[in-house]
Amino acid sequence: MSSHPSSRPAVAPRGLVFGLEDRLGRIEVAFWLLPVAVFFVFPGYLVLASQVLIAGLFALSLDLILGYAGIVSLGHAAFFGVGAYVAGLLSVRGYGEPLSGLVAAAVVAGCVGFVSSFLIVGGHALTRLMVTLAVGLSLHEAANQASSVTGGTDGLSGMETSDLFGVFAFDLLGKTAYLYVLGVCLVAFCLVRRLVHSPFGLSLRGVRENERRMHAIGAPVRRRLVEVYTLAAALAGAAGALSAQTTEFVGLEALSFDRSASALVMLVLGGAGHMYGAFVGSCAFMVLQSFLADLHPAYWQFWIGCAVMLIAFFARGGILGYASAARERLARGSRGSRGAAARPGP
Amino acid sequence: MIAKFGSSWAEVWLLVLGVVLSSCRSSDTAKTEAEPASGTTPAAASTADVIEIGLLAPFSGPFASLGAQIEGGIKAYLDTQGGTIDGRKVELLVRDTTGVPDVAKRLAQGLIVRDQVDFLAGFALTPVAMAVAPLATEAKKPMVIMNAATSSITTKSPYVVRVSLTLPQVTAPLATWAAKNGIRNVYSLVSDYAPGADAEAQFKKTFEAAGGKVVAADKVPVNNPDFAPFVQRVKDAKPEAVFVFVPAGTQGIAFMKAAHERGLGEAGIRIIATGDLTEDQQIDPMGDAALGVVTTHHYSAAHTSPENDVFKAAFAKVAGTQLRPNFMAVGGYDGMAAIAAVVRKLGPGKIDGDRAIEAFKGLELTSPRGPLRIDAETRDVVQTVYVRKVEKRGEHYYNVEFEEYPAQKDPGK
Amino acid sequence: MASFLGIVFDGVAYGSLLFLISIGLSVTMGLMNIVNLAHGAFAMFGGYLSVWLSARGTPFLATLPICFVVLGLAGAGSERLFYRRLRRRSQLDQVLFTIGFTFAAVASATLVWGPAEQRVQLPGALRGQLQVLGVGLGAYRLFLIALVAVLSAGLVALVEKTTFGARVRASVDDEQVSAGLGIPVERVFCLTFAFGSGLAGLGGALSIDVLGLEPTFALKYLVYFLLVVAVGGAGSLAGTAVASLVLGLFDVAGKYYVPQVGAFIIYGLMIVLLLVFPAGLHGRRA
Repeated sequence: MSSHPSSRPAVAPRGLVFGLEDRLGRIEVAFWLLPVAVFFVFPGYLVLASQVLIAGLFALSLDLILGYAGIVSLGHAAFFGVGAYVAGLLSVRGYGEPLSGLVAAAVVAGCVGFVSSFLIVGGHALTRLMVTLAVGLSLHEAANQASSVTGGTDGLSGMETSDLFGVFAFDLLGKTAYLYVLGVCLVAFCLVRRLVHSPFGLSLRGVRENERRMHAIGAPVRRRLVEVYTLAAALAGAAGALSAQTTEFVGLEALSFDRSASALVMLVLGGAGHMYGAFVGSCAFMVLQSFLADLHPAYWQFWIGCAVMLIAFFARGGILGYASAARERLARGSRGSRGAAARPGP
Repeated sequence: MIAKFGSSWAEVWLLVLGVVLSSCRSSDTAKTEAEPASGTTPAAASTADVIEIGLLAPFSGPFASLGAQIEGGIKAYLDTQGGTIDGRKVELLVRDTTGVPDVAKRLAQGLIVRDQVDFLAGFALTPVAMAVAPLATEAKKPMVIMNAATSSITTKSPYVVRVSLTLPQVTAPLATWAAKNGIRNVYSLVSDYAPGADAEAQFKKTFEAAGGKVVAADKVPVNNPDFAPFVQRVKDAKPEAVFVFVPAGTQGIAFMKAAHERGLGEAGIRIIATGDLTEDQQIDPMGDAALGVVTTHHYSAAHTSPENDVFKAAFAKVAGTQLRPNFMAVGGYDGMAAIAAVVRKLGPGKIDGDRAIEAFKGLELTSPRGPLRIDAETRDVVQTVYVRKVEKRGEHYYNVEFEEYPAQKDPGK
Repeated sequence: MASFLGIVFDGVAYGSLLFLISIGLSVTMGLMNIVNLAHGAFAMFGGYLSVWLSARGTPFLATLPICFVVLGLAGAGSERLFYRRLRRRSQLDQVLFTIGFTFAAVASATLVWGPAEQRVQLPGALRGQLQVLGVGLGAYRLFLIALVAVLSAGLVALVEKTTFGARVRASVDDEQVSAGLGIPVERVFCLTFAFGSGLAGLGGALSIDVLGLEPTFALKYLVYFLLVVAVGGAGSLAGTAVASLVLGLFDVAGKYYVPQVGAFIIYGLMIVLLLVFPAGLHGRRA
């Protein structure tokens, strides 16, 4: 085994996985070429693809607090919904410009996240879970009550998203919408990636692994949690705004427990703490759901439930977790056969 | 020796890609194979000889029964016609919206762009209808609303046509009837969401214009499990009657149980409501607690007419006897009948959206519910609203009609 | 005053039902540290079993012990097959598995019984009202409160006075030491899980008349059960009881006295209680 300090191990050490190397790997580039390919190969499915990306972005924002800071939230849709309604209300009042609506939505959602972060920084896991749930449910109810503003159960209709950059109109086929969503996801992802590799990101992982020790070494744990929660809320709000702008409609279910729970399922399915897990999970879940729903309009939920159970049982840490463990096993196998001769004596 | 594909990462991506590719390919074939067996035949491509109808309704989640009823109604009509309209085959493409508007919008877009449907139909819930309306306008596709009851839906697109009901349309006659029959003060109890607010507002408007008084108005949370405290409040106020609006289904049963247990009837307080409270699918589980409740609605399974008998027989044939057809099934049945009438009027050739909408306007049908007309200006439904009372006939309970208000329009338009 | 008594009575009845179903979840989460979101599904199947048996002529009261036993066996079976291995996995994997289980459960219930609500035939003695102290109290709710009170007394006796109870308490406090002392921890867990599932099944059968039974029951009321466990403290019998009563009372009283605030009461109360008692009212695990 080499003791050279700058040599990279032949395989990522246990715990560090795909996407966590600082340099842009080949596979990462390949990953982002896939959605571009989809644009050309599946022009009839762009609306589904946009929704997969939006769900992926939302799950990514959940990954920030779940996979990296260790906070399990069942009410994250609160921020998604806030972002959606902000973008929606701006559009209904005549300000349909997509990019400014997106930024406004993210800012407002971030503020809401900032305020609610103080409710969740204390307490242990189950308490936090229930508080996030309560916040989500309360916001849902508030939106229902404020039906003169939000449209209540009827939803906010009459939205018109203006042309992107004043040139590209949002059409029935969903081409502009798809490229818009893809662009935003790419930018957001780069942002998150930068963050995760920075000292900030490392301190988050520290908090997740052992909060007490982080306190002991003097890391500003509370402040970190507030910061990451605010950021995650802003990102979720951006996803909500994208959803509102591309479908030109906002319903109460944007704030619902269902949406929070599906994001959680998608994230855990793909693998939390892997950044890409969010997109892998949302793709797998929504494509599977769409495929099954076509076969069985009434009973697809059964097969999805079984599929989720199987993956949860056999694939530790979701799809990417399983893949990274498999990769490690294979690499260890090859290293074992190669290293048997090369390993220095005990 | 296991042959490696380079690295297991490649395997993962190949797997994902494989899932995506195979799902897209097989879902195309799956769509035609998923066609319901009775009354329709799969077609390889959409030609002028096949009428393609996209059905958007919830088939899973809390609103699953709505989809089942609407689909049953559509298939029942097709069964009476032998599956064809003027010799042209009808293909029904069923899509589960799960009650979520953006899923519905995505499915509608798929139906319009990929499947090239001639008509969009279904729409059990208002938010879904609201979300899809702009698509109908852009694609010039007729959208037939078979259940959603909010007034403003038909104003969202010139391609929207409704055959179901609007909430104010059935609420106003109830208030008129109550005022005429000696009820002077009423406590209003509605579910706390947009349709509930509409019902409360319409009832109050009509009732107070007729000289009555709404003594108090309470709003109940939408998925409320226990009505006991609300019923107690009503009892304490001692009105002559309580006006109730809750979404059709489990909430109605919960209310009736609480009312029965708290002895609302014994306290001399009558229960008057829109037909959602005692709709046909849920009336049996309520049992004796529902006897004597007066409601207004546009359809009752007990309506005596030859058309209703034909409808009920056809429904039992296609959907089995587990489900009793309710007003949503009639919405499906009449919606399909209206589509068929329009197709016959337009004659052979591809269905043009604008001509279809013109054909819908002023259309008159004799429905299992009674006479029905689609208003030429508003494209909304004009029909008879019946006043009914719950009675027991043999082993089952029914809404028995005893008075009617013909040719009711939606009051707002 | 009469209406106040009526409200208290209804609140206690509702709370008793919550307690019966949630106690299994509390023990599973506190004792075995498994986040079992499928608990609502067990309760739901208990309800459907009761309906199925009633349709074949079994009187309602007779279906109750049957539901308890069958769902208890189902719990034992699930524990051996799935939950035993899930114990060693991360909480996220547990959440994922149990949510998948719940989806499948909801869909299979829709497949077999349809999406409409189910009827239950209560025996004549349990219908209608009884006049107590000038207040009309629902007979079924009286029965519910009485039954839960008896069962709770039995549970307390079981936990405090029997060897099995002592073993359960020991395992909750410290699993490793208990195993070291020779307590068959695995078997204790299996039996406890089975017991908790059985109680959930019983609670599901009892709740048909109060909460209504249809396929989405498993998800709809899960929130309430989680709430009770979180507020009461996972693993604590007393905590769960107090939490269910408090939540039941506040929910009913809130709706009576301040209906405009309605749904916010429960959520607001939840947040306040959780902030003040971060480990639950009688939390055992810090």
